[in-house]
Amino acid sequence: MTTTLAADSIDSSKSRRVEELPHAAVRFAGDSGDGMQLAGTQFTNTSAVLGNDIATLPDYPAEIRAPAGTLAGVSGFQINFSNHNIHTPGDKVDALIAMNPAAMKTNLKDLIDGGILIVNIDEFTPIALQKAKYEGDPFELPEFQRVRVYKVPISKHTLEAVKESGLAPKEAERCKNIYALGIVFWLYDRPLETTLKWIHSKFGSKAGVAKANELALRAGYNFGETAELFPVRYKVRKASLPPGRYRNVTGNQAAALGCVAAAKLAGKPLVYSSYPITPASEILQELSALKAFNVRTFQAEDEIAAMCSTVGAAFTGAIAVTGTSGPGVALKQEGIGLAVILELPSLIINVQRGGPSTGLPTKTEQADLWQAVMGRNGECPMPVIAAESPADCFWAVVDAARIAVKYMTPVMVLSDGYVANGSEPWRIPTEAELPPIASRHPTDPAEFQPYLRDAHGSRPWALPGTPGFQHRVGGLEKEHVTGDISYDPANHQLMVDLRAQKVANVAKDIPTPEVYGDPQGELLVVTWGGTFGTVRTAVERARDEGKSVSHLHLRWVNPMPSQLGEILARFRTVLVAELNMGQLEFLLRAQYLIEPLALHKVQGKPFQVAEIQQKIDEILSGMK
Amino acid sequence: MSTAELPTLKPKDYKSDQEVRWCPGCGDYSILLQLQKVCADLRLKKENTVFVSGIGCSSRFPYYMETYAVHGIHGRAPAIATRRNVNLKIILFNNRIYGLTKGQYSPTSELGKKTKSSPMGTVDYPMHPLCIAIGAEATFVARSVDVDVKHLQETLRRAALHRGTAYVEVYQDCNVFNHDAFAFATERSVRDDNLLYLEHGKPMIFGKERNKGIRLNGTTPEVVQLGAGVTADDLLIHDEKAPEPTLAYLLSRMRYPEFPEPVGVFRAVEQPTYDDMVMEQVRAAEAKHGQGDLMKLFNSGETWTVN
Repeated sequence: MTTTLAADSIDSSKSRRVEELPHAAVRFAGDSGDGMQLAGTQFTNTSAVLGNDIATLPDYPAEIRAPAGTLAGVSGFQINFSNHNIHTPGDKVDALIAMNPAAMKTNLKDLIDGGILIVNIDEFTPIALQKAKYEGDPFELPEFQRVRVYKVPISKHTLEAVKESGLAPKEAERCKNIYALGIVFWLYDRPLETTLKWIHSKFGSKAGVAKANELALRAGYNFGETAELFPVRYKVRKASLPPGRYRNVTGNQAAALGCVAAAKLAGKPLVYSSYPITPASEILQELSALKAFNVRTFQAEDEIAAMCSTVGAAFTGAIAVTGTSGPGVALKQEGIGLAVILELPSLIINVQRGGPSTGLPTKTEQADLWQAVMGRNGECPMPVIAAESPADCFWAVVDAARIAVKYMTPVMVLSDGYVANGSEPWRIPTEAELPPIASRHPTDPAEFQPYLRDAHGSRPWALPGTPGFQHRVGGLEKEHVTGDISYDPANHQLMVDLRAQKVANVAKDIPTPEVYGDPQGELLVVTWGGTFGTVRTAVERARDEGKSVSHLHLRWVNPMPSQLGEILARFRTVLVAELNMGQLEFLLRAQYLIEPLALHKVQGKPFQVAEIQQKIDEILSGMK
Repeated sequence: MSTAELPTLKPKDYKSDQEVRWCPGCGDYSILLQLQKVCADLRLKKENTVFVSGIGCSSRFPYYMETYAVHGIHGRAPAIATRRNVNLKIILFNNRIYGLTKGQYSPTSELGKKTKSSPMGTVDYPMHPLCIAIGAEATFVARSVDVDVKHLQETLRRAALHRGTAYVEVYQDCNVFNHDAFAFATERSVRDDNLLYLEHGKPMIFGKERNKGIRLNGTTPEVVQLGAGVTADDLLIHDEKAPEPTLAYLLSRMRYPEFPEPVGVFRAVEQPTYDDMVMEQVRAAEAKHGQGDLMKLFNSGETWTVN
């Protein structure tokens, strides 16, 4: 089905049918310089303010600007919005906006049958088609029979629409993403206010640019309204989310807010030391703008320096955090080991990406679990928590800080590219939901011993500047209680045991994980980290179909919750689904002597709901 | 700042209860003692002083000071701290050998040096720490010698008083693995001929007889004999306050035996420190936005309410 716009076909007198949908997924795709992330973010914010539940997935190449028009340079932003609680950006999209042939080519497979494909036909030049490796007219190809194609001269329309702003053609044409956004706003019956407000606050000082963007947005919207192109308009009503005030956040924004909150709750300055690395850099950027919160950001010269300065900041009594991705963690591990033996609190936020080595910087993966749990020399345990969604990055950081301070230990917070760049509504916590983080500093010099432990197994946190508590800590093994250097064999055994016990004690602070579905039965799917949403959706759907399957999601992965072994034993089969080659599966086998089934994926992409459902079906049918 | 009300501390007050475990005769002892004297001399508050070290024999240093201290891991921080002008003092114990690991060559070992890990001699060109510190535009750069206790003490004292990063290289004798590596600078009979004691505003004269000097020939320094038409007026005048580090760098390149090696303060200039600038930004942000209100931050941007 192909609809081509005739210039004279505009007729506003006809009323359009409006169809209500429970949810819809839209993807904006174009060249990496086309502003697709921006259009997607604006669509997201408008939908969030409208009251939809949302989940987003940006997908962009590692190259800042791969050669224009090529398949490698395609950047996309997907948003799923709904009238009910959703957990994923959606496997497939209902509508695809493709700003050039390459974007169409790489994304078409994800468009549902009967889905809407809007293309900027102005960009379908012979050269562009060739760059996208199309031969002849692509729309003649059979795969276009299954979708509804709308060829819109987006570039031309944009230039016409913004003429009165006085912008030069090159600048004017850059508004085409906003024009396309206008069309999609119309298509899904969204108001323009949120984006108009954004345009004026963003470009307020450049009147011409602000005007041009406003004109482009309105023109796109009006085009949808007046051109007799789309026979149906869609409506997705508000979702019934838990009451409260909401704000849309990406995982990295939420992590940054969590850092500020943790420091405030502890009544301490925040020191965030980091070396820029994809996909973690936004946390540094966000925090560097929040100095009024007694935040000191330190852009270190390398990953090791970032970690060592984090240890130093912790020694002086700050809430000390470093953020990085997998390759950075590899470099930091010696410094993390130092934090473990010094028994100083700190957080290491690891926004995982595809590895090994530089790997896939902009793509997601969960293959740093072993690195987090086991990646240091010597017996060197540390607590590890994994954020389950963008908004959960806030809570994962706050929870981790509580544990770090209480147990005087570094804690690793695992996020991933999918969670960090994705966004969802965050219910803003009230003050009552954020109790202070209590830190204990010794007060009696006569009683002070640097490694005298409390009931939790933690040593005192004596801060430089406090008279009478001068003490020396270091990476050499130290004597129990006194902290003096000790090479005594029995003492080393004792200290290794005590450090391990302290981390094991963290399990007392971990709530019993909730089993979604039946508390026992045929099949339990176990996940950790950013795969939560996809797997929960798949299990929800399987249960709607009457299947006996439950879901257990782990936030704390080290130590494991105390009740985990008992929960696992209640199911005939356990399936561990993770974006690696079986790292949690391995830990569960080792710790609980179970033989789980596994679903692994390392393609730089999150799971799709359908993949999980298929695996569930396969297992359940094999059991009959 | 008045120091009148502070209690008088003696060098031994800065001694921790830990047994010092360096080899007898190690140059580290002298550095430890002089530093304790300087701390007492400057009445540094023990609780406000932190010693930080990396890895190696000298890195045990912090354990022996009755202050706060961290014995860390192998680091490369000094070069960068130097660039940032963090208000800290860096002391490099240079003994031209790896002592703790029992005698392999180090980055400052001379080319061709035979050690346990270089039986045919090293093929690494040695690194000159002060050249790097000056290249990073450290605001205070100095050098001293472990056995010249008066000079060492004075150099450390000046470093301690400097606001910003101070970088002090100490020629330190590892009497077990690299004994007398700096004999040219420590032997009483020769050292005055082999060292150039830098003094701000003074011509660069050296030698037991104080009859030799450093003159600039074009852009290259040269050693000249005083007398026979050459006077102090022809010599380079030391200027530790020169804003450009060019002269300091030139001095850092002078090496025995072609030249006397300069000791003392190469460079001492004032620059805003990293610490001050960081805190200034925090204060400026607070002044502009008010002290951060968590609830206001959470509720900023586009929000909506679900009832």
